[in-house]
Amino acid sequence: MSFDLSLLHDSGISWLDASGPESGIVLSTRVRLARNLQGLPFTIRTSESNRTTILERVLSAGRDSPVLEHATLYRLEELEVTDRQLMHERHLVSKELAGLEGEHGVRSSAAVLTNGELGVMINEEDHLRLHCLRSGFALSEAYEDLERLDADLGTRLPLAFHPEFGYLTSCPTNAGTGLRASVLIHLPGLVLTKEIAKVLQGLSQVGLTFRGLYGEGSEVVGNFFQLSNQTTLGKSEDELLDHLGKIVRQVIAYETQAREVLQRDAATVIADKVWRAYGLLRYARSLTFEETMNLLSGVRLGVGLNLIKDLSVYTLNKLLVFTQPAHLMVFEGKLLSGQEISTSRASYVRRELEADATRRN
Amino acid sequence: MQCDNCKEREAAIHLTQIVDNSVTTLHLCAQCAAEKGVQTGANVAKFPLSDFLASMGKGVGAHLPSEDSSVKCDFCGASLQDFRESGRLGCPHCYQAFEGHLRDLLRRLHGSSHHVGELYLSALPAGGGGEERKVADMRRRLKAAVEAENFELAAELRDQLREIE
Repeated sequence: MSFDLSLLHDSGISWLDASGPESGIVLSTRVRLARNLQGLPFTIRTSESNRTTILERVLSAGRDSPVLEHATLYRLEELEVTDRQLMHERHLVSKELAGLEGEHGVRSSAAVLTNGELGVMINEEDHLRLHCLRSGFALSEAYEDLERLDADLGTRLPLAFHPEFGYLTSCPTNAGTGLRASVLIHLPGLVLTKEIAKVLQGLSQVGLTFRGLYGEGSEVVGNFFQLSNQTTLGKSEDELLDHLGKIVRQVIAYETQAREVLQRDAATVIADKVWRAYGLLRYARSLTFEETMNLLSGVRLGVGLNLIKDLSVYTLNKLLVFTQPAHLMVFEGKLLSGQEISTSRASYVRRELEADATRRN
Repeated sequence: MQCDNCKEREAAIHLTQIVDNSVTTLHLCAQCAAEKGVQTGANVAKFPLSDFLASMGKGVGAHLPSEDSSVKCDFCGASLQDFRESGRLGCPHCYQAFEGHLRDLLRRLHGSSHHVGELYLSALPAGGGGEERKVADMRRRLKAAVEAENFELAAELRDQLREIE
């Protein structure tokens, strides 16, 4: 299959539309399930021909599955590095599957089936990683769709399952349910009031963990945190989701309180910070990724506090994704150097903010 | 004072948290506190589980005893030593080959080695409706709840099962 960029350009981003619950504070919810086929070594420890077998079996099951009826297949090894990077920036594939991690490059037969919010990564660390990405805070909705996919594929594929340990995975940290749910949440209030350390510390005490924007190993930028469950065994899927959901609701309440404190005790400072961020984004001629993330965080806070009126959260979400290097290169239609990326980013941001302002007037 | 978590044992640890002027106090027995990762004394600020997981980063298996490193999985040939080094198992059969070690490790990682989530039921007779799955799932959860001494959940599941049957 040849790579149809026009198709990808708009696919897999419905989660950006800010239509989900709590979408001012929570960007997106992602749930994934790790699954492996019986009778074959795990992806990392197996041969090329076994990986081909794994891909073929999953694709055959996918073709028969009504849940994946309109899915698009991307084989990572057939894609240029920029396109693989673009898919990663869009959260369609992990860094590992895109071959962007370490020296080894793309693994043979690494592929992804995407169908709107649902996706199946094939030959990731586990043979299958099923995932669902939703806008806003929507754990049970995301899992509901995913469960349907899992149940359907489970009738078509022989999966590795142990009566005591549950679903078997390459790394024992994923065994059991194979479920990892993460909520991408924006916490500038807690960062500015310096309460964030306490909250993050509390998370580890209740069996949750946090990561940056791009999952495992990624740094926290722009005050975006991914909160997720740490354990996958000994609790049912509903219990894991319920627990994460309860804690996230609590974190949202803390964040809201922190924002109220900021408004009450430091209104002028906050307004200045917010408008400076907006001004820089609106007029700067060169922006690094990190600076952009931090400024977008300030503007997002301004929108949340109703200081900046009518700027759409969708525009802010779109800027988070489309200002990343591969997106800018695809947008410009050529490879860009570091400085060119910063210039291209600034001009993209200016154009989007201006278009949003025009739409308002 | 009763433990806020298990509501059975006597609370021994009183954890006070102040977040944005609102004070919450949690009274926990030693066992529940340990399960929640709360440490007593000056260590409260530490992140026990996340430290543990972080330290595993590359090699979950580094926590396994070294004397059995030569044990091998018959199916894929991976040894415990390979697992110690990579933190990744070779194949699903490794879970049987290293069952004892993995049970201990899973308990340490997850607090339990008993899966209570969705069952993989394609082995059930074809067309054996949703009810059968539901009952099988509930029996399993009931067993696990009893083993985990979660009697409240166990009683609830038992009643639900009675109703269905």
